Amino acid sequence: MRAISALFIGILFGLGLTISGMINPAKIIAFLDIAGSWDPSLLVVMAAALAVSFVGYRIVLARRAPLFGAAFQLPTKTTIDRPLIVGSALFGVGWGLAGLCPGPAISAAALGNGDIYVFLIALAAGMLLKDGLPAKRA
Amino acid sequence: MEIAGFTPLSAAIGGALIGAAAVLLMALNGRVAGVSGIVAGVMAPLRGEGGADFSWRLAFVVGLVLAPLLASLVKGEIVAVSTPHPVWMMAIGGLLVGYGTRLGSGCTSGHGVCGVARLSTRSLAATATFMATAIATVFFVNRVLGF
Repeated sequence: MRAISALFIGILFGLGLTISGMINPAKIIAFLDIAGSWDPSLLVVMAAALAVSFVGYRIVLARRAPLFGAAFQLPTKTTIDRPLIVGSALFGVGWGLAGLCPGPAISAAALGNGDIYVFLIALAAGMLLKDGLPAKRA
Repeated sequence: MEIAGFTPLSAAIGGALIGAAAVLLMALNGRVAGVSGIVAGVMAPLRGEGGADFSWRLAFVVGLVLAPLLASLVKGEIVAVSTPHPVWMMAIGGLLVGYGTRLGSGCTSGHGVCGVARLSTRSLAATATFMATAIATVFFVNRVLGF
């Protein structure tokens, strides 16, 4: 059930990215380029997503457990540490260079743009560089 | 400042769908809709780690890929995407996004939407940081280097 729900939720999330234009790197860069002709669409996307999730989370998290699981799994860390800030700073630089963050990059994977494949391969490499590849580690 | 290409209605509709997806993933599966974490989880078997979370994460990723194809089908033409920066920037950008989101425990969805919606101070700090460095990077690339 968890996989079936995740499939439909993934489609919903991807439709949100598609309809809002957020899968298009040109539109992301037009938002980040505040000194050029500026496209504020991303701000509206964030505001709308936050309005729905802010209210929705409050309703959902007041319940005892998710429908298909024993408990809600939320991040437990609360301290702002160096990895959080350094990692986010590096992510921002990459986001600005490519105009893509992970969700839109995955969603745009089947649209036939070669540059996006280059980004996705590099994305996987960057993640593995941090998380480690060797299966023999444990 | 000159405003161009602003699409507020589709941005609001799309944003609301993203928020609804985040709420549903919490309500049904009890999980944060953080795409970088989900993608890293899909690659976990490469590291010899398996686990119960692999299938729902893979299903979510498949859903993400299917969505613009469905939209293209409805629209009658492939959804257009364009990449204004050169391919070497896409490669370096991908590496930095991959490494940075793992080090920083999240991206635009996990920190920017789900974390900020919970008013997490870590996510607020992360979102302010990546927004600032992304804007600075585009300023440098587009306005200083002239790409």
